[in-house]
Amino acid sequence: MLTEMPLFAPAFPEIFMAISALVLLLLGVFLKKDSTNLITVLVVIVMAVAAGLSIQGPEATTTFGRLFVINGFTVFAKVLTLMGAALTLFLINTWAHDEKVARFELPLLILFATIGMMMMISANDLISLYVGLELQSLSLYVLAAYHRDSQRATEAGVKYFVLGALASGLLLYGSSLVYGFAGTTNFEGLAGAMKTGPNAIGVIVGVVFVIAGLAFKVSAVPFHMWTPDVYEGAPTPITAFFSIAPKIAGLCLFLRVLVGPFAAMIEQWQQVIILISVLSMVWGSVAAIAQKSIKRLMAYSSIGHVGYALIGLVVGNEEGARGLLFYMLVYLFMNVGTFAVILSMRVKGRYVEQISDLSGIGRTNKGIAMALGVLMFSMAGIPPMAGFLGKYFIFVAAVNAGFVTLAVLGLLASVVGAYYYLRLIKIMYFDEPAAAFDPPSLTTGIIMGVSGVLMLVIFIVPAPLVNGAEAAAKALFLG
Amino acid sequence: MSEAATTGGFLTIGLSHYLTVSAILFTLGIFGIFLNRKNLIVIMMSIELMLLAVNINFVAFSSFLGDLVGQVFTMLVLTVAAAEAAIGLAIVVVFYRSRRSIEVEDINQMKG
Repeated sequence: MLTEMPLFAPAFPEIFMAISALVLLLLGVFLKKDSTNLITVLVVIVMAVAAGLSIQGPEATTTFGRLFVINGFTVFAKVLTLMGAALTLFLINTWAHDEKVARFELPLLILFATIGMMMMISANDLISLYVGLELQSLSLYVLAAYHRDSQRATEAGVKYFVLGALASGLLLYGSSLVYGFAGTTNFEGLAGAMKTGPNAIGVIVGVVFVIAGLAFKVSAVPFHMWTPDVYEGAPTPITAFFSIAPKIAGLCLFLRVLVGPFAAMIEQWQQVIILISVLSMVWGSVAAIAQKSIKRLMAYSSIGHVGYALIGLVVGNEEGARGLLFYMLVYLFMNVGTFAVILSMRVKGRYVEQISDLSGIGRTNKGIAMALGVLMFSMAGIPPMAGFLGKYFIFVAAVNAGFVTLAVLGLLASVVGAYYYLRLIKIMYFDEPAAAFDPPSLTTGIIMGVSGVLMLVIFIVPAPLVNGAEAAAKALFLG
Repeated sequence: MSEAATTGGFLTIGLSHYLTVSAILFTLGIFGIFLNRKNLIVIMMSIELMLLAVNINFVAFSSFLGDLVGQVFTMLVLTVAAAEAAIGLAIVVVFYRSRRSIEVEDINQMKG
């Protein structure tokens, strides 16, 4: 049997990243002295080159026996993911040197996780989806337990591993049912099979399992129970990584799976996603109120944000996809900035993470307080900030598609959410000062400053980013 | 299947039998994770059980559909399951070193 050599060009960014990761691993082993800084810089360069290769890549096409696809949508999602990963890498490097746990494997684990995310964004088959997702998840389990002398970090690792493995199991079981009752694992094949005639009950059950597995990975209620514990236990900059790149990649994958192969089943999955979305928005706002640790607060905040982003998925059209992508873009900078602030909460060289530690820093640390204030306004979705636009596009898409109740519920949830975001501002500016923080390191300072400024800039000139998201959404629905 | 028919077996084993076995194993795996109050190794075994149930599904469907993709998928699932078990055990070892225990009830530093 003659087989054609697959086209490698569409997968160049991933191939390049994988080879670089292996080379850097060897380099790290052979360099005698501590090489974390060098490897971190090289990993960031690799990510930048991969982003460049993605942007410069060939036209929309599939390769490797239609297991792998690239188009405008995957390029947008990949660049977003790479950006999130690279930005958190700077935070991670600073932290690792402060805590004296710098090892060269740390940036490489991030790189491997990112390769997994790129693979799953480009997956065009349930098989490549699974393999990409696992490459990502396995690296993330190790990262959660990275601080191996800390009891809380190892506990976070155990919890993440057990629940993550359960989620992969659900996703796989769903894939097997879909494969059995539709007869193929290929996304285009599935889309064709779904269009013809009523779907077997087996396919519907399978899709529900797949949705449950993906909802676990993006931590949407009711599959969120691992999130607060893992976020609290894992080292802070790694929590930052968890809350950004995997969320972006996961939501983009969610979007691709549901509007691609299962587009014809929109009647069935829409109800499930509406439920998940409303529960996430409400629980993300309500449960956050009672939190004392700022990392747990961020966990519930990210659950809430996933809920809002899922509204874009419910709508299931171009406008909704555009809203979701723009939301993720804003979310990226918002979260990077906020975690840079959390990482600069240090008193006499020791990291603190209680909300009460923030009291009165409006007087003692003006810069940090101002950055966090701007970011909290943005998170709450209050006008002159980018967070408002993110929510605006999502809600407008929902209203235009006739999901008025859903949009109203989203608005109500964001009003409740505004309470705990604004409470932080009240604590910073109106409470009696506690211990002052040490001045932030240069990198964290730059990251929080730039993301704070970006919140305003994106609000004033959103057009380029919105157009980018719109082009990506168009490419998604072209095929 | 055909062999049973020609040799006159009293029961033909069809697709649904395989699916039932696999569904039972999968459910046992899930219950093993949530109802188990003993230790982490049992949880790891439950996870393996879930993945193996999925494999039975894939192979049964593959043979029933006359399509090889399901068996290819099974190979990949087996490989990934091995990697997952290795990483899981590594995390359990790290956990044991810091806590001197792998009892499920000792995973209690954080409440949520």
